[in-house]
Amino acid sequence: MPDSLEPTLRNATIAVLVENEAGILARVVGLFSGRGYNIESLTVAPVDADRRLSRITIVTRGTDMVIEQIKAQLDRLVPVHKVSDLTLEGPHIARELALIKVVGKGEARMEALRLADAFRARVVDATIESFVFEMTGAGEKLDAFIALMRPIGLAEVSRTGVVAIARGPGGFEA
Amino acid sequence: MSATLQTAETRTMTGAEIVLQALKDNGVEVIFGYPGGAVLPLYDALFQQNAIRHILVRHEQAAVHAAEGYARSTGKVGVVLVTSGPGATNAVTGLVDALMDSIPVICLTGQVPTHLIGNDAFQEADTTGITRPATKHNYLVKDIRKLASTVHEAFYVSKSGRPGPVVIDLPKDILIGKGPYSEAPQAPHRSYRPQTEPDMASIRAAVRLLKGAKRPIVYAGGGVINAGPEASRLLGDFVRMANMPCTNTLMGLGAFPSEDPQFLGMLGMHGTYEANLAMHGCDVMLNIGARFDDRVTGRLNAFSPNSKKIHADIDPSSINKNVKVDVAIVGDAGAVLKALIECWQAEEQPQDQAAIAEWWRAIDGWRGTGCLQYRQEGSIIKPQHAVKRLYEITREMGHETFITTEVGQHQMWAAQYFGFQKPNRWMTSGGLGTMGYGLPAAMGVQIAHPDALVIDIAGEASILMNIQEMGTLAQYRLPVKVFILNNEYMGMVRQWQELLHGSRYSESYSEALPDFVRLAEAFHARGMRVTEASQLDDAIREMIAHPGPVIADIAVAKDENCFPMIPSGAAHNEMILAPGQEGGVTGVTDEGKVLV
Repeated sequence: MPDSLEPTLRNATIAVLVENEAGILARVVGLFSGRGYNIESLTVAPVDADRRLSRITIVTRGTDMVIEQIKAQLDRLVPVHKVSDLTLEGPHIARELALIKVVGKGEARMEALRLADAFRARVVDATIESFVFEMTGAGEKLDAFIALMRPIGLAEVSRTGVVAIARGPGGFEA
Repeated sequence: MSATLQTAETRTMTGAEIVLQALKDNGVEVIFGYPGGAVLPLYDALFQQNAIRHILVRHEQAAVHAAEGYARSTGKVGVVLVTSGPGATNAVTGLVDALMDSIPVICLTGQVPTHLIGNDAFQEADTTGITRPATKHNYLVKDIRKLASTVHEAFYVSKSGRPGPVVIDLPKDILIGKGPYSEAPQAPHRSYRPQTEPDMASIRAAVRLLKGAKRPIVYAGGGVINAGPEASRLLGDFVRMANMPCTNTLMGLGAFPSEDPQFLGMLGMHGTYEANLAMHGCDVMLNIGARFDDRVTGRLNAFSPNSKKIHADIDPSSINKNVKVDVAIVGDAGAVLKALIECWQAEEQPQDQAAIAEWWRAIDGWRGTGCLQYRQEGSIIKPQHAVKRLYEITREMGHETFITTEVGQHQMWAAQYFGFQKPNRWMTSGGLGTMGYGLPAAMGVQIAHPDALVIDIAGEASILMNIQEMGTLAQYRLPVKVFILNNEYMGMVRQWQELLHGSRYSESYSEALPDFVRLAEAFHARGMRVTEASQLDDAIREMIAHPGPVIADIAVAKDENCFPMIPSGAAHNEMILAPGQEGGVTGVTDEGKVLV
């Protein structure tokens, strides 16, 4: 196929409201692996205990046609209440959270603190030779901070996937 | 609320009784199954009632295919009961088959007691894990209070929207325990509410395109069958009203009468020359209840290149999956056809009758190729001839006839040469292509239609994949006729090896075949073998007249190929025709060799 006909890929952040029941995550993940879709990140947690609802945020990548397919395939799962492509449906906020452990002494330690301050990372644990920073933000911001910590003494990273929500007053009801 | 609780409390039953009561309340009269340790409580409850008839199969895969045959020939949900572990894993092929062909089936599987789940107990398998991608939905019931509502929900899910198989995994302690029975809820489902009524704006857009078409075509699939017989009647009304040619997919055969002059035959890989060229050359295509399957489209970037496409489907995920369409209509095929007809009648724009007459002349030219012609000469029976005579003789004899098939060349010949005038008369494994489907499916059809003529058109290789079901035919005196086109090859494999692999027939010869006559007799059935063309008609009549099950082993030409054929990787206008017919192509591209 000539290059000009190569379909363009885009990222999509998809929010899925589901029944909070056993096996639901396996259904969603199995759908992606079974049909060969990408998962760049996936985050899930209960969001409405009274109505037994969980919200899954999936970042995926594909052509417009594939992303439309992903939405349609998710939507026909029986325990899925609602699917929304936040990337398409207007402005939205996307955040990740990371816990970052940096080990070091002396000047390296000071440098880590200074950079953490500049990045608005919070110190949530400290010993005389280590810090654990907590940081939220867009993925690129987290990437940048982690890259800076690497030469200083990065020891361990734990990150959530993306959680996202549309801007403005509109809600995402079941 | 309190009233409901009151009722529930007054109707305490065992789990097994709850399951049977829920089946009865959902109209179930027959289930296909095989007992085992984990489902003994259900079998004990079955023993003590008469409302539900149990058909004992010889293998769990066959139970699912039988339920599919039952479902496809009646429009009702087919029900299966199997035990845990191997019972459930044996059922998986049937479940995927039902999933691919959108057949409503409920499969009850036994499970080890809840406290043993995860312990690798005897006959334990992770049934919900294994069947998750094999079903439309599945359930593991761990709380007896949810048992009745789960069974009711399973029926709703299985038959609503795009139908499909549903598994309910039932741990043994749940079946033995006691709990409340509740009736099916009246309230709509919390999350699954598929759209069945089409959006009128898309209907109007479709009608405008169709009215303005110079070279229209209607391409109808299994969705029309699944929408019930009324949808097929509406399809006929619409096609005749609009004077359009109509082609059916393998799954859609019977949705439009094969003997109607507007029918072009089946389309796709082994579709007719006229159907495929009309698809290629049309300017407006209405796809109703089909999914642009790869057997239908051929090479996607050359598929019907100059047409506006309208796609009506009950499953939004089928739309724009393989082929980008211009007008998308989500809805039940019957509701869509009704809306199309109303809108067509209201729309004043006249059709271009001259252009449509010209289009019919082009189609008649393609029909002139006679792509399904064959020459029956000498004593060797051509497989096409065997199917054609089977069709003509059943037609003459006036029997209500249902056909099932296995998978391979015989299946395609059956689709090409057996005509269907009504929906629900044709059961074949389309999406999954499951060899061994036809005999158990025929069993299910015969159970639903005891007085009808039910024929499994089979190949000698496929039939051996579920041959044990001859025992079930004998036990229930099911007069199924097994009509084997015996060419001593896995014929479709042999055909591809001839066309794509230099005639190197690797492992496709049916070595060491049984004597089918004696095999039939061993299963208390009638066996027949036909080797001469001159004996064929009498043998078919004798087979039909015999009151019990029959295996008719028809020795046919060994090296016959199934044509026309769109080789893989080719377009609709690149068909291989039978030797001696003009207008076809030869050979397969390198890209095509990768495809299946």
